[in-house]
Amino acid sequence: MEHSSLAGRIFRGIALTLILIFFMFPIVWIFMMSFQNNDQILRIPPRILFEPTLANYEALISGQLRTAAGSLQMPFMRNLFNSVVLSSAAVLLALLLGVPAAYAFARFKFRLGETIAFTLLSFRFAPPLLVLLPLSLYYQELGLSDTYFGIVWVYQLIALPLILWIVRGYFEDISPDIEHAYRLAGHSWREAFTRIAVPLAGPGIAAAGLLSFIFCWNNFVFALILASADKQPVTVGALAFVTASGIQYGQIAAAIVLSVTPTLLLALYAQRYLVEGLSLGAVKG
Amino acid sequence: MSMVQSLPTNAQAAPAKPRPRVRLLPYLLSLPALLICVAILVPFVTAAVYSLQRYRLNLPYLRGFIGAGNYIDFLSDPAFWNTFQVSITYTVLTVVVELLLGLGIALLLRRPTRFHNAVSIMLLLPLMTAPAIAALMWKLMTNPSFGILSYMVSLFGVTDFKWASDPSSALFTVVLVDVWVYTPFIMILLLAGLRSLPRQPFEAAALDGVPASFVFFRITLPMLAPYIITASLFRLLDSIQQFDIIYAMTQGGPGDRLMVFQVQAYLEFFQYTNVGRSAALLMILWLITNILSNIFIKNWLRLRERAHGHA
Repeated sequence: MEHSSLAGRIFRGIALTLILIFFMFPIVWIFMMSFQNNDQILRIPPRILFEPTLANYEALISGQLRTAAGSLQMPFMRNLFNSVVLSSAAVLLALLLGVPAAYAFARFKFRLGETIAFTLLSFRFAPPLLVLLPLSLYYQELGLSDTYFGIVWVYQLIALPLILWIVRGYFEDISPDIEHAYRLAGHSWREAFTRIAVPLAGPGIAAAGLLSFIFCWNNFVFALILASADKQPVTVGALAFVTASGIQYGQIAAAIVLSVTPTLLLALYAQRYLVEGLSLGAVKG
Repeated sequence: MSMVQSLPTNAQAAPAKPRPRVRLLPYLLSLPALLICVAILVPFVTAAVYSLQRYRLNLPYLRGFIGAGNYIDFLSDPAFWNTFQVSITYTVLTVVVELLLGLGIALLLRRPTRFHNAVSIMLLLPLMTAPAIAALMWKLMTNPSFGILSYMVSLFGVTDFKWASDPSSALFTVVLVDVWVYTPFIMILLLAGLRSLPRQPFEAAALDGVPASFVFFRITLPMLAPYIITASLFRLLDSIQQFDIIYAMTQGGPGDRLMVFQVQAYLEFFQYTNVGRSAALLMILWLITNILSNIFIKNWLRLRERAHGHA
């Protein structure tokens, strides 16, 4: 492997190039498309060089969609705002609830803790609709359907198990001796938790928080079932947008770019944590 | 493990703290997580009950207990067997392709050079794209009138390739999108696995001039097996429940060509308002995933213990 032949190196070079093209091309292409008007997009053969326009983004930001049939209201910025609100609130709540619980699971071995941890883990792999469809009926009765509160609450099903399992692993890796020494000096468990354990597990908490933000942002089916138009995040909004706008391809591409940019930037920023987080802490990155 | 016993001793050492408070503490701390569990289990049990009922939202007066009626109906229902077959085909195709491709890429990027690390970071981007949005991206690229991919296949003389809108190529198209999104997941896990393998066996094999294929099949693959199993089970569990990509791409069509379990259940619920049938369908899917996830969790815990050094 280390010192390979010329043929081997050429093969690896070609293979890596093809792989990069396959995985990067769609992102690059849609990005380029978002700066083109419909005439440029429909041109055959397609061209790599074109005069970029910001018209698609302007239309999305103003919420006014100009089509051949006339002007159409399209509150895509509202979807973007909803995604930010729902994902941030869900992650904050999950951290608030999840980090102390993860600490309890790591430090105290008690049967209820194990049962909870495993129930959450096994439902991580259960079909989401199985829980969501009955929940949508309950939500209608409780008046929770189509409220930010109700949606943030179901997002806990995504964020909380992730935070519990990742952060628990980090707490388990910290020796409890430091906390003991601190507590012997007369501090309460709460002080030991906030001043010793949480800062030491900081990277794990950050990783879990970022990853659950990305997963909440990327989620589609929860909001599809529980939210109506004015509460929908970008994932659901973009699909409605495609149906409504018909042939405004440049604006669809711009909407796609706006929807994926936040998570892609976060992913690049947090890439060294992602391996750990994606495998729920099974593989140390 | 030392941390298990050390807290009670600590409680004795600090007489200011009475023992019962320490006992209560873990339960207080995990209360929110417990509530979430209840919030999952109540709808789950509800779904199980619905699956045993004749329950249609548009015909509420017909509602009643019919035992295994919904399940028995499935046995003679070609729509159910179509769903079953499409789901299994989709799952097997995606997992096999993603595993082979992911393993191949991980092997190519094995040496931690700066270039290889940059490539592996770039490959994270498809994985971090929302699957529903990824489907829209590919929808734009496969559009018959201007899609770049339609144009590219036309260069090879295939002028009428309809991608997701043709029954014969729809499955291929959604599998392609799934492969685009999720291959990096397998790649990343296997790359982390490969790089954590001990070096000695490989150095010894290199010294003895053992052929590369022997090294791969007799050393690399067996040592990587736990990672391969964990990654494939992870994908298997997600793939058999795929909803976002297929729904965003074709809503299960054309016809019933892509009616996987969750899409079918969604349509049964919202389009045909047949809650009982929808719930029964999801219970069957849950049974399949539950068997798989039990195997998975066992495997994953073993791997996790090893990574965290408790083994």
